[in-house]
Amino acid sequence: MYGLIAAEAAIFTIFVVAYLFYVGKSLVGPLPNEVLHAPVFLTICLLSSSLTIHRAVAALRRARMRTFELWWAFTIALGAVFLGGTAREWHHLIYDQGLTVRTNLFGTSYYSLVGLHAFHVTVGLLGLLTVLLLGLGGRVGQEHTERLDVLSLYWHFVDAVWIVVFTVVYVIGR
Amino acid sequence: MTTASIPWMQSDVARRPLVERLHDWVTTVDHKRLGILYVVYALVLLVVAGIEAAIMRIQLMAPHNDFVSPQVFNRMFTMHGTTMIFFVAMPLVFGFANYLVPLMIGARDMAFPRLNAFSFWLTAFGGVLLHFSFLGGSGLYGAGTAPDVGWFAYAPLTAKTFSPGHSTDYWTLALLVSGFGSIGTAINILTTILCLRCPGMTLGRMPLFAWLSLTMAGLVILAVSPLSAAQMMLLVDRYLGGHFFDTQAGGSAVIWMHFFWVFGHPEVYVLVIPAFAVVSEIIPVFSRKPIFGYPVMVAATVCIGFISMSVWAHHMFTVGMSPAANGFFVLSTMAIAVPTGIKIFNWLATMWGGTIQFRTPMLFCTGFLFQFLIGGLTGVMLACAPFDWQLGGSYFLVAHFHYVIVGAILFALFGGFYYWFPKVSGRMCSETLGKLHFWLFLIGFHLTFDCMHVPGILGMPRRIYTYEPGRGWDAWNLWVTIGVVFQGLGTLVFVGNLVWSYFEGDRAGSDPWDAWTLEWSTESPPPVYNFAALPVVRSRRPLWDLKHPEDPDWKYEQ
Repeated sequence: MYGLIAAEAAIFTIFVVAYLFYVGKSLVGPLPNEVLHAPVFLTICLLSSSLTIHRAVAALRRARMRTFELWWAFTIALGAVFLGGTAREWHHLIYDQGLTVRTNLFGTSYYSLVGLHAFHVTVGLLGLLTVLLLGLGGRVGQEHTERLDVLSLYWHFVDAVWIVVFTVVYVIGR
Repeated sequence: MTTASIPWMQSDVARRPLVERLHDWVTTVDHKRLGILYVVYALVLLVVAGIEAAIMRIQLMAPHNDFVSPQVFNRMFTMHGTTMIFFVAMPLVFGFANYLVPLMIGARDMAFPRLNAFSFWLTAFGGVLLHFSFLGGSGLYGAGTAPDVGWFAYAPLTAKTFSPGHSTDYWTLALLVSGFGSIGTAINILTTILCLRCPGMTLGRMPLFAWLSLTMAGLVILAVSPLSAAQMMLLVDRYLGGHFFDTQAGGSAVIWMHFFWVFGHPEVYVLVIPAFAVVSEIIPVFSRKPIFGYPVMVAATVCIGFISMSVWAHHMFTVGMSPAANGFFVLSTMAIAVPTGIKIFNWLATMWGGTIQFRTPMLFCTGFLFQFLIGGLTGVMLACAPFDWQLGGSYFLVAHFHYVIVGAILFALFGGFYYWFPKVSGRMCSETLGKLHFWLFLIGFHLTFDCMHVPGILGMPRRIYTYEPGRGWDAWNLWVTIGVVFQGLGTLVFVGNLVWSYFEGDRAGSDPWDAWTLEWSTESPPPVYNFAALPVVRSRRPLWDLKHPEDPDWKYEQ
């Protein structure tokens, strides 16, 4: 998983570099400072989901299945809220502001970078959901702690990337 | 009777139906079989890409030639470059690592066998997809809709406007798919080496091959991922109307070059480090001496790995970067010569005073040493920015990198073929045919790529379709093409040798070269589980310790 994370980090680095390179180079509007609003609430949701997944795996390690399932479901909810928020933001951008991938450089690099992250959140959510379903079916036990550790590592990584994306897109980029 | 000697083909019925045996190969997760699949796949595409090269050379044999159309010529050099790098060199390297790493570190398989199979089939699919492009559009003789944008695919040539149709999409998707395969394999190799070493096999006792594979895997993870990212951006541009590399909308063509070469230069080391690995295994065995300066060899390799991540822009001296940036990349590129020089000195020091046996593998490694030295030196010449401004776009540069890729990497891998063939097949390769192969290929190689430097210096540009007579290029180009004939013959002898030896070669036994690393302690070919009991290692030459209990290595190692 660390190998995968290194590879993913390299991919994200390239997208972040492209984003930073193109900040302020769009020839036509809309520009980031006109349309972007920092999604503080969503960020809090996503970052706190790191905490909940940590608690979930810790509970599993001590074989407390109820607590595990609760924290795990909580993590999924937080991730889903984040994803829904992103969808709402995109809807707003596309239909109210007319910003698409084709509009300008900002659109291209914004949707690519944030979309790449959203894609990773989606993959993570699918993984988490699978585990939850298996857990409710009674197929997850203490012996799977190590595997879920790997999954939670991925989730932490997705969160950490969001810190970078947030900084680049919503702080520096404006 | 030949197949019966191979344990994995033994079964209750003497010969099972062909379909069943094929099915076994397709569904296999055994690292040895996957290694063989990688290598066979690479050899098939080696021939394909070689034919593409031959077509280019026939076209350039004489001035005003019109053997193929300019369009077909563009397609040929694009396909030749792309295939050779991604579907010949990389699979060869991965095949060797896949087969040998678990055997050398005393493991029973790779860390993730199913990921291993998945990665191979991704790579294989990428190559098939790329060559599928020959079947579209203007038909095979017009070379179909094969990509024609060069293996670097510089923007904005790849934009929809300048590259309509699907040729560039074939290129992008094929490389994206095989790139994911490469990353998977690299993660697998890395994990295997770090987690599955047998008892006593500390990092300091690993064979150099394993150390160098580790470095190579790390480089693949850090280098191929940027390429995948860049491919995704190119797809966004081509399919969703994005503007990453669209200069009309403020996008930048130079940033594609940066992204591509951030991958492209470490890639060179991804390919050459395994070649070093092969040479580092063969030279000690045929010099009958342990490798000279083991820790320094490891340090130099890791050092090369690190520096190689910071040299990419030496492919872009002519773009017009600032003098400071040019200076940095000149210096970092030259700095790489230092650890590389250390390695060459250590190989020479290993041979120094040794009892050298010039068997075929050793011949190829000796060729490697000289040719890698020359290729490296022209590399240092090209690292000087002013020199690069003159010759960077000429045949001189083509000659330089072919010197490294063919003269060093391919020669080392040929050596590796002859060295490990007895282990893989249980049969010895024919020495006579091997030596014939060596000399044919050596002559062909030098005829082709030595001569190629001269028209470059005389001003012949790369990727040129045809040229005027009377510029002093004619005779040189003719010689270059004649060299290709020798290389082609050599390759035929090589493939013939492999096939003949597989059926008719002498029995090899488990350790035909009297070597020292763990893979020679198993039967040839190794059983599916590699080792009946996991070996315990006490020094860098475990087999020496076994064979010479009166004077084992571990007495002298700390």
